[in-house]
Amino acid sequence: MLVFPLVRVFYEVIMCLAVPVKVIELMMDNRVKVDAGGATLEVSNMLMPNTKLGDYVLVHAGFVIEKISEEEAKDNIGLWSEINQK
Amino acid sequence: MSKIEDIKNDIMRISKKDICIMEVCGTHTMSIARTGIRSILPQNIKIISGPGCPVCVTPSGEIHAAMQLAKNDKFMIATFGDMLKVPSGDDFLQNYKNVKVIYSPLDSLKLAKQNPDKEIIFLGIGFETTAPLIASTIKTADHNKLNNFSVLCMHKIVPPAIEIILKNNTDKKVGGLILPGHVSAITGRKYFDFIKKYKISGVVSGFEATDIMSTICLLVKFYESDKFDIVNNYKGVVSEHGNKIALDMMNEVFDIQDSQWRGIGLIKGSGLTIRNKYKKYDAADKFNIVIENIPDPKGCRCGEVLMAKTTPKDCTLFGKACTPSNPVGPCMVSSEGTCAAFYKYDL
Amino acid sequence: MNSKHITMNFGSGGREMHQFINSYIVEKLKNGVLEKLDDAAVLNNFPNKRIAMTTDSYVVSPIFFEGGDIGKLCICGTVNDLATSGAKPYAISLAFILEEGVNIESLRKIIDSISDTANEAGVKIVTGDTKVVEKGKGDLIYINTCGIGFIDEGIDISTHNAKTGDLVIITGPIGNHEVAMMKSRGMIDFDIKIKSDVAPLNKKIEMLLSNTKTIHTIKDPTRGGLASALNEICEHSNCGIRLIEENISIDRGVQAVCDLVGFDPLYLANEGKFMIICPKSDQKHVLEVFGPFSKVIGEVFEDEKKKLTILTKSGGVRKLGMLETVQLPRIC
Repeated sequence: MLVFPLVRVFYEVIMCLAVPVKVIELMMDNRVKVDAGGATLEVSNMLMPNTKLGDYVLVHAGFVIEKISEEEAKDNIGLWSEINQK
Repeated sequence: MSKIEDIKNDIMRISKKDICIMEVCGTHTMSIARTGIRSILPQNIKIISGPGCPVCVTPSGEIHAAMQLAKNDKFMIATFGDMLKVPSGDDFLQNYKNVKVIYSPLDSLKLAKQNPDKEIIFLGIGFETTAPLIASTIKTADHNKLNNFSVLCMHKIVPPAIEIILKNNTDKKVGGLILPGHVSAITGRKYFDFIKKYKISGVVSGFEATDIMSTICLLVKFYESDKFDIVNNYKGVVSEHGNKIALDMMNEVFDIQDSQWRGIGLIKGSGLTIRNKYKKYDAADKFNIVIENIPDPKGCRCGEVLMAKTTPKDCTLFGKACTPSNPVGPCMVSSEGTCAAFYKYDL
Repeated sequence: MNSKHITMNFGSGGREMHQFINSYIVEKLKNGVLEKLDDAAVLNNFPNKRIAMTTDSYVVSPIFFEGGDIGKLCICGTVNDLATSGAKPYAISLAFILEEGVNIESLRKIIDSISDTANEAGVKIVTGDTKVVEKGKGDLIYINTCGIGFIDEGIDISTHNAKTGDLVIITGPIGNHEVAMMKSRGMIDFDIKIKSDVAPLNKKIEMLLSNTKTIHTIKDPTRGGLASALNEICEHSNCGIRLIEENISIDRGVQAVCDLVGFDPLYLANEGKFMIICPKSDQKHVLEVFGPFSKVIGEVFEDEKKKLTILTKSGGVRKLGMLETVQLPRIC
């Protein structure tokens, strides 16, 4: 029987992969919702507590780790044009 | 593509001398391989890989220790996915049912709450990009008074490894460094100023093809003019001083210690250890874990690849005895491993 | 049928099973042949053409997923496999291996799906079998199919037929099925709208082949994705293929998941896409039948090393090897 683990898991997650995303909702308990241009997810802002709605940020393994400039965000072609079309 | 064409033309115009550029970070290894940048550069510019793959540099003895823990039904091992297939002898973590792959270290706290009768041990692997996340997780566990969670701390920091390579660079084989973008996002550009004393340039780079090409262009410019500096070419993400909150958290939870790097040996002041204040979250301390010194498999040249002394193709095992589905060394199996990148992407 | 769940009794060949088969399976799938319920289906009026035959087993988990279920998948997989040889699907056999305890309502839904998809594909289910294994010895429902179809005169389509100068065309964006499976397993926490692309493509191929007889290769990039399938073609046809990264469409949800977790979309499974390799003169026929989402993504050339390579968006060239390790188990 194929049993999948209880919590959210990933078969192959790359450790150092940090992805630029946009903050779309501020939530309780140090969490924010971000849009990765086609997927939204909740992450922790414990390392960047001043994260604001509309910020473009870098997310790594479930944490916001740094704010990024809008220009840098726009350089990520496709990702940003999709998000900004909303 | 025209922006890349422009940068390429700039490089072609300026570059006269042979230069070997080392990319330090595993994510750069993969970006360079995936975008096929090597095939665009002129022949006199070589890109070699450095030690920036945290999975690759984790000693066999530590993987073995994690496997011993996984055999015990009292424990649940929570880990990032790349660790599953790293070999220790003939064995892999993925052979053990008590091992759970997680996306975020915070998920291991959820596992701990859901499994109060088990100890959840998180495999703490990664450099300065990841260590603050684990520091934050440990602090959260402490705040929530979680007793069935701990971390097998195998974190390392990048500068001492770079220093070893540069100290041995007396023949000036390495002419410039592509510095890690995400580590720098945490640490800031200034963190790498120590490189200046070796009279070599380092440029902090992003991961898109245009970022890497413009970084290479800067390094070539410095090299051709016999100048050197540590430059930030990822200003949209990396600041001068980095993420102070993340750095403070890292310093609050971790202290520096000497650390074994797989294939390289002991590097002083290159590892992290959990401070006394949070010792109850230190799995090695809590469960008296002894790390054995397990030698690397015969013929495996991962250590030399990591120290930029050789390329994967010079290893006799590459592509024959050592492939992604039957890896001998970690460089072939890690998602950021140089050998994996060569095997998968190189022409 | 009194029980809500499949019992060992159900697989015994006795009254309970016969009742279910008659009252449900035959009711849903009747076609003049199946309802005779002989041990072998006798097929009449065979055209005088070459026969293509295929078999597949479906062990997908979960059996209901975003955009489809194991029932839809087993019919699509079978007719699509036949279509890759240029065959018109004619008849399918259907064998269930049910795990004791599986919900009867789930089984009904799967049979409904099979019926709907078979009608859409224009193919008959002519014979079948049902077995039950003890709880824990299976996984809800496994299905095996065998399909036969007929190939018109003048058509010769095979992975061995790709020729230098041929174009490589993909009929739509890639990676949707595998990401939908990840979502359906609760393996990703990301909130994305994603569906499997599972669909029967045999009628489109029929239309294509009524306009041109010179298509060389048709392949569905299932497990291992586009890259693995094209590597196989390079091997079989003794050729090289160069892809153009810019031309390969990937839905933004799929791309976002790949970015977040490091999967390469070129290796993700598809269940409703074809790769078509054909002379340049056939390009317009393919694009006409498969519509605006189909794209020329590469070309076949002479290469004794039989390499699959890709021109990246940045102008570099890299290799695309075979998939070495499983990305996700049991996706079909």
